[in-house]
Amino acid sequence: MTPRTHEAQDVQALVESGFSKLTEACFLLLRVRDAAAARVWLGTAPVTTAADLHRHVPVAMQVALSAAGLRALGLPELILAEFSAEFLAGMAGEAQRSRRLGDVGANAPEAWHWGGRSTPDVLLALYAEPGGLAALRASTATQAFAAGFTTIGDLPTSDMQGREPFGFADGISQPSFDFAGRRTPGTDADLAYGNLLAAGELLLGYPNEYGRITDRPLLDAGCPGAALLPPAAEDAGRRDLGRNGTYLVFRQLAQDVQGFWRFAAAHSDAVGLAETMVGRRLSGAPLLPPSAAPIRGVGPDPDDIGLNGFTYAADPDGRRCPLGAHVRRANPRTGDMPGGVQGPLAQAIRMIGFAGAGDPRDDLIASSRFHRILRRGREYGRTLPPDQAAATDTAPMPETGLHFICLNANIQRQFEFIQNAWLANAKFDGLSGEADPLLGNREPFPAGQATDGFGRLCGLPRFVTVKGGAYFFLPGVRALRFIAGASG
Amino acid sequence: MTPQSAFMVVAPVRAGQIAALRDLLRTMTWAPGQADPDNALIPFGRCARLHFARLVVLEDATLADRAAVGAPAFGAPVSLAFLGECDGPAEAQLAEFATLAPEGLRKIFRHCETLDDDTDIAVWMRAHAVAPATFYVNWVGRTVRQIHEEAALHRALRARLLTLPADMPALAARADLLDYVAAEQQAGRLPLSPPEPTPPAWQLAQALHAIWVPLLLVVLLPVFVLGAVPFLVILRQRERTDPAIWPRPSTPHAEALAAIEDFDVSNQFSAFGSLKPGAFRLWLLRFLLWVAQYTTRHVYVRGRLARVGTIHFARWVLLDENRRLLFASNYDGSLDSYMDDFINKVAWGLNLVFSNGIGYPRTDFLVLNGAKNEQAFKYYIRRHQLVTEVWFKAYPGLTAFDLARNSRLRAGLAPAATDEDAARRWIALI
Repeated sequence: MTPRTHEAQDVQALVESGFSKLTEACFLLLRVRDAAAARVWLGTAPVTTAADLHRHVPVAMQVALSAAGLRALGLPELILAEFSAEFLAGMAGEAQRSRRLGDVGANAPEAWHWGGRSTPDVLLALYAEPGGLAALRASTATQAFAAGFTTIGDLPTSDMQGREPFGFADGISQPSFDFAGRRTPGTDADLAYGNLLAAGELLLGYPNEYGRITDRPLLDAGCPGAALLPPAAEDAGRRDLGRNGTYLVFRQLAQDVQGFWRFAAAHSDAVGLAETMVGRRLSGAPLLPPSAAPIRGVGPDPDDIGLNGFTYAADPDGRRCPLGAHVRRANPRTGDMPGGVQGPLAQAIRMIGFAGAGDPRDDLIASSRFHRILRRGREYGRTLPPDQAAATDTAPMPETGLHFICLNANIQRQFEFIQNAWLANAKFDGLSGEADPLLGNREPFPAGQATDGFGRLCGLPRFVTVKGGAYFFLPGVRALRFIAGASG
Repeated sequence: MTPQSAFMVVAPVRAGQIAALRDLLRTMTWAPGQADPDNALIPFGRCARLHFARLVVLEDATLADRAAVGAPAFGAPVSLAFLGECDGPAEAQLAEFATLAPEGLRKIFRHCETLDDDTDIAVWMRAHAVAPATFYVNWVGRTVRQIHEEAALHRALRARLLTLPADMPALAARADLLDYVAAEQQAGRLPLSPPEPTPPAWQLAQALHAIWVPLLLVVLLPVFVLGAVPFLVILRQRERTDPAIWPRPSTPHAEALAAIEDFDVSNQFSAFGSLKPGAFRLWLLRFLLWVAQYTTRHVYVRGRLARVGTIHFARWVLLDENRRLLFASNYDGSLDSYMDDFINKVAWGLNLVFSNGIGYPRTDFLVLNGAKNEQAFKYYIRRHQLVTEVWFKAYPGLTAFDLARNSRLRAGLAPAATDEDAARRWIALI
């Protein structure tokens, strides 16, 4: 049972639930056609909140806004400027960001279906029980809605029963959050890996893993409409536009299912190779046995312990799970100090850098807790079982992939860091020419060195291509109502 | 063993010449901030002993902070700094530049005060050379030549390994690889030059330095003990009242900095700012940098600065009669990961030094908090960072980890009696 936020009625439900029972979903990308009409619709939009989750929810709607959208809705520039720099710049807004995210070559924003040249203003996510989506769409498309918005993108999804298109069980490792604020981050307990994070890593307005509150727009109490907003935790005289909201990162990732399995099938053990590239079995089972000590934030459910109760500490050379495997990159499961919790003297010796000398890999990747995200993606297209996908006589498949969605309070330190320093980085953890085996763009370095290796293999084809993406703000309900009332 | 040195030439830019200088420096790059190794002004790529080099205009956007803390105004010049790291003495590197590119250097430094048409460029550069207070070298003694040779060895071994069956026993694979290397070396294709003899004068200076600094500290111990309480009283009082100034960096500045980053595996970092006014902070900083210099000369000489293994070179330089401090480094990865390493691994070390700068996020007892105030620290760093106009790295695509790994690979060529497990570990390096 996930602990609930204190202000559940102010939190969009996606923060607490992936709506796994609502197997039908679509993502509408909207442009504001008329700001006044758009604000009227947003002011009463039936947004599902975390408070709704205790009862049966047959349909759900979530609303997120891009920086362009906030501007189009008339949010004053002075307020807008207090959102994070990366949110304001956008996922595809700057060449340097694209370089860092690996969005170059075939992944370059210029070729995206959406989000490349211009960003949608609003993301409307609709979820329904089987058979219910058409009715939800119809009920959404009111006259008032059409007066405010133009739909510029309509991204369908497919229910792949908890698997991603390559056939692997997906969404297994998720951080859990300390909404009750019981844990103090940065104590000795954090020298070892833990899966329980401060609420401020997910929600704006709460203390994060540094014990600080991430910057977000705070308004003077006298600002028109600000009375709608909750007070800021660190300054009761100001109102918090961010509280109970979060940033939503959306990336449309096309997956070449046939290319992936044909590549794997060219080697002796196709499934085995695919599993080492992913770092888990097809079933989702880890490649490593559970660690002896319990991990904070994993369990008590035995399934969770079986799937997530491990670290890579016992496999420093990557013999059981390769260093470059996708899930090992995406969450290296390291604590603040190699060796975990030790005596004060050992800790002091480590702090000044006198331990692990001799092995340059020791301590390269530390402090995973600052770089975690909550994933809420959905698959699209259709998939094939590995043996059929590997067959060379099958017809080409329509575009298939993942609408990758993640939530985080600090895009730069969480999503962008993971994407840049851990996934796209061909030098991750001391490797020398391999970007992520699934997500790598395979572009060589400027001096020509390859990035398309994987262990003893080289020349990996590109299996995943970015087809769209944007940064959104998933506001709290009160913040959404404030934005809807904002006068231009 | 050839020790590495830091060279640096600093001179004030003539009034009204900054924009023209920046335009000229831009002609040296192939992409924003990235030096073309064959550029017409200083062809860095032809200097066989040069690791890194940069040209950066020291234009301090945080000068107004001085007034906010009551630091006296001074005629703070906007200077051009030409700095880098090389094998052997810094003077020899500057002399090589002067011989190799006298006209290019003249074109650049003509924008600076005191360089006239009849000045000898070599003499002028020597006269404007500035030594760092602290200089960190990732691996003392690792030369550019060694780096290139060992990288070629790694490439050759990797290519050969890929031709061997994956299930080949490690000892057999190692034997094949060693034979292959031996044959390549016979054919003159994989030179692995032995290290040059260590300069005796350097060795002597190292040995003396290793002894006299701790000796002096022991002699001064009674002073430290007696002074500890008053020192702490003054320090705590200052820590409580020193203003912290860390507004969010402006969007154009942040964009200009990001525009020159992440073209390759490494990046440069140049940050500049004023010391807090008064003798207390100045002497505290000088003392700490002096101690730090001891650790970088004798302790942190094998791949790590405390817990951080991604820094190739770093230096702290006092400028403008000790009023301002320049920090310049070359590091692997993006600035995000660099700063997170700073905060999560060595916040204490950063606090010790940088808390003596105006506006640094508040520290406690010199080592606590400070950089741990993540967002404040990141804003502070970005705001003090300079846009490095031209940056050169002699071994693109190679991280400090790669260099250490390649050296281990080479060391593993020695025919020590190995078992299957040792052979497997050596092959894993490839």
